[in-house]
Amino acid sequence: MSDLTRKTAAELGRLIASGEVSAVEVTRAHLDRIAEIEPKIDAFLHVAEESAIEQARAVDERRAAGEELGPLAGVPIAHKDIFTTVDMPTTAASKILQGWRPPYDATVTRRLREAGLVIVGKTNLDEFAMGSSTENSAYKPSRNPWDLSRVPGGSSGGSSAAVAAYATPLATGTDTGGSIRQPAAVTGIVGMKPTYGGSSRYGLIAFASSLDTPGPFARNVLDAALLHEAFSGHDPMDSTSIDAPVPPVVEAARQADVAGLRVGVIKEFGGEGYQPGVLRRFQEAVELLESLGAKTVEVSCPSFAYALPAYYLIAPSECSSNLARFDAMRYGLRVGDNGVRSAEEVMALTRAAGFGPEVKRRIMLGTYALSSGYYDAYYGSAQKVRTLIARDFEAAFHQVDVLVSPTSPTTAFKLGERTDDPMAMYLADLCTIPSNLAGNAAISVPCGLAEEDDLPVGLQILAPVLGDDRCYRVAAAVEKALEDRWGGPLLKEAPSL
Amino acid sequence: MTTPTLMPFDEAMERYEPVLGLETHVELGTASKMFCGCPTAFGAPPNTQVCPVCLGLPGSLPVANAKAIESTIRIGLALNCSIAEWCRFARKNYFYPDMPKNFQISQYDEPLCFDGYLDVEVDGKTVRIGIERVHLEEDTGKSTHVGGSTGRIHGADYSIVDYNRAGIPLVEIVTKPIPGADRLAPEVARAYVTELRELMRALGVSDVRMEEGSLRCDVNVSLMPRGGDEWGTRTETKNVNSLRSVERAVRHEIERQAAILAEGGRIVQETRHFHEDTGITTSGRSKEEAQDYRYFPEPDLVPIAPAREWVEELRAALPELPSVRRRRLQAEWGVSDLDMAAMHNADAIDLVEATVAAGAAPADARKWWMGELARRANEAGTALADLPITPAEVARVSELVASGSLNDKLARQVLEGVLAGEGSPDEVVERRGLKVVSDEGELAALVDQVIAENADAADKVRNGKIAAAGALVGGVMKASRGKADAARARELILQKLGVSG
Repeated sequence: MSDLTRKTAAELGRLIASGEVSAVEVTRAHLDRIAEIEPKIDAFLHVAEESAIEQARAVDERRAAGEELGPLAGVPIAHKDIFTTVDMPTTAASKILQGWRPPYDATVTRRLREAGLVIVGKTNLDEFAMGSSTENSAYKPSRNPWDLSRVPGGSSGGSSAAVAAYATPLATGTDTGGSIRQPAAVTGIVGMKPTYGGSSRYGLIAFASSLDTPGPFARNVLDAALLHEAFSGHDPMDSTSIDAPVPPVVEAARQADVAGLRVGVIKEFGGEGYQPGVLRRFQEAVELLESLGAKTVEVSCPSFAYALPAYYLIAPSECSSNLARFDAMRYGLRVGDNGVRSAEEVMALTRAAGFGPEVKRRIMLGTYALSSGYYDAYYGSAQKVRTLIARDFEAAFHQVDVLVSPTSPTTAFKLGERTDDPMAMYLADLCTIPSNLAGNAAISVPCGLAEEDDLPVGLQILAPVLGDDRCYRVAAAVEKALEDRWGGPLLKEAPSL
Repeated sequence: MTTPTLMPFDEAMERYEPVLGLETHVELGTASKMFCGCPTAFGAPPNTQVCPVCLGLPGSLPVANAKAIESTIRIGLALNCSIAEWCRFARKNYFYPDMPKNFQISQYDEPLCFDGYLDVEVDGKTVRIGIERVHLEEDTGKSTHVGGSTGRIHGADYSIVDYNRAGIPLVEIVTKPIPGADRLAPEVARAYVTELRELMRALGVSDVRMEEGSLRCDVNVSLMPRGGDEWGTRTETKNVNSLRSVERAVRHEIERQAAILAEGGRIVQETRHFHEDTGITTSGRSKEEAQDYRYFPEPDLVPIAPAREWVEELRAALPELPSVRRRRLQAEWGVSDLDMAAMHNADAIDLVEATVAAGAAPADARKWWMGELARRANEAGTALADLPITPAEVARVSELVASGSLNDKLARQVLEGVLAGEGSPDEVVERRGLKVVSDEGELAALVDQVIAENADAADKVRNGKIAAAGALVGGVMKASRGKADAARARELILQKLGVSG
């Protein structure tokens, strides 16, 4: 393994800006690493070697021309294949978009380019971001670098696998119900879901519009904050984007101090259904926060019990409408067009062939939940639950500055273990979903290994809307204290590579 | 296509009472589309005014056009509506190839404007049409179905779609049910759409060209037996593309439904299509297996919450509304209700006003537009406003008459020349040599000649039968080929025959 792939994004950015290494060297090192480990982890749907080298060369040229480079210029990044990119295919891991070349860049993509980040490829995901394991990808499942027989989480599992395997120091993800935090937790890295509206959805292929949130992956808190800052902020192309400055996340990550902070432990998240090793690491993290000067208190959020069912009405409802556009008429897959069949028949055949089983399940659930006569009972009630959950958060944040919970009830599960049991799969997002419903910020940071399986456990830190900096501040403090204890990062070497 | 059995209108009206409802779509004339920055010009080559947003490409997101929201509120205010303090867009979900996202961004149970009215005048009576709602949505693309006999998707060999229209802001104006119009129902429907169109023009929010589809009207009609109290099943007729068609479609549906009901049949709740050529409606898709649009609030857009102060500013800045303007002009021009209504129906008010503004007397301006020019337009089968003559030119003709340079007969020839493209009124006068003979010497000679040739008539006048002078004046006019100033000729005749008029 090359030295350059061991470095943090912040370090690489500094080395490139100072001219100690070239962006091309850094990119080559990561492309070599990808070539070496990709056959084992299957993190990428598309690797763009040539364009990556070109982008890196452009950064080197800018530096040579005397231009001052940003903190992440020349740093390689893996981009979730749900953001549009003009120079690479964009599939959302679905057959229905196989080979589609978007004519425009997502806002996040554009901002990555503007920051000089080098996009080395597009990462695997559950089809249209629907899943918690990448096993719903129409192309292939990705694997967890800690144990290749296990999932890297999902839906952004290609991104988490890439970062955990040192293929790139950074990756993008999207979090609709936990799709950044849960994969980060089960691969031992950092993953952040910003406040809804804090990062632009323009060019992010929609799964559930009111929940989808782009966010960063990194192997440490500061790198995540740097990436967060690079692509977040108001976007006039996204009406739900918040017109306010990005919270001071980088400063907070550097501050890394919790003295005097009030930390609420969510009472409802624990007990039955939780892996004992996960609960023990979580308990230790709470004690650690106390030892660092935080005041911890138990907080009850009774509506959180209904978050999962509400989510599985709202997300499929929105998805049933968002995915209606994939109809073979304008782009993507077209099946059965023999010149005789009607447009309607071609639409039906294409959708039957182009969508995978989980996507179809959710389209059907959502179509049913929105149909007249059922709307009030399903979609309407779910929206009320959503309001109640937001109120629980509001009440809790009157009492405390941040909330904490395990990120996911278990560590990484085996490939195939939950594919026949959607409910078991859905439970992986039990603790992460409330923040999507309420729109507030939440991060997952590694807090140790579960003794049963020696697999990573994530600590989730939740902050109010636009309180993203608090997530980073607490996560950085936990990271620092644990690294002191461990004598380095949790993820020194991906064990199975 | 079989011709439906109809019941004569008068009989239908004796037995049944019609209830109307009108849904009108108005394309707003904003510079850019409803949810993206694409231009909205009509007639551009297909699929050249499109972008990722109005093509509904994966990942694209809508951003609402503030000007369109403003225009909709102004329409609502002009229609005496309440303006929502908070409302949302909603998605209307259904699959159709001309809809890029397979849902239309519209409004459902939270329209921007609601509960208003529009007064229209029919047959000297004011009829108040209740407005249920005014909401904002996006237009779809335009499909053309090629092959097949119906021009509709079923049976077509293939279809082509132009997405230039997709995403153009569309305002839907829905009336409350209109009972009580009785035998005036066709005229009421027409008068409503006419008034609405004028209102849109006065507000400057749309060019409201029915032939280009920037104003489209769906006509709902149901019948109930006289003395009944339960409304019948309604049909919704689409493709009604002119004011005249609105009237014809209502009349036809009344006659068609009455015939069915009289035979004990039942009206199918359905969409029907109006055919301009034959004036009949044919069945479209049945609404009885009602399509479930699965409306839900559009999560990609934020709610609209127009500030009250802003709404009041918009209200205060509304232009003079057409009905108010008509009352003002009627008073200024001193014309009767009947004449005003005639000008209104003939779409002549703007033209007369512009002609008056160009210097003509109101009575003269009205006379030309409603007389000679209306006749010419009728002959040519065009709208008055589409005649190739400007109000300024009509005013000039009127001025030439007032100054005595032309008489009415010559003026008609000048108008004919202008319409034929021979140039301005003065040029036509010059080229055709059309000038009243007002040279006293020339006229006196003509008078002498006519008196000499009509000794009998001249004697009668001398003997006090003044009325006989008319024949002599006619003779002068004839001899001058219409160019003589008839009034002056009469004076000269009486003078020469020693009688004072």
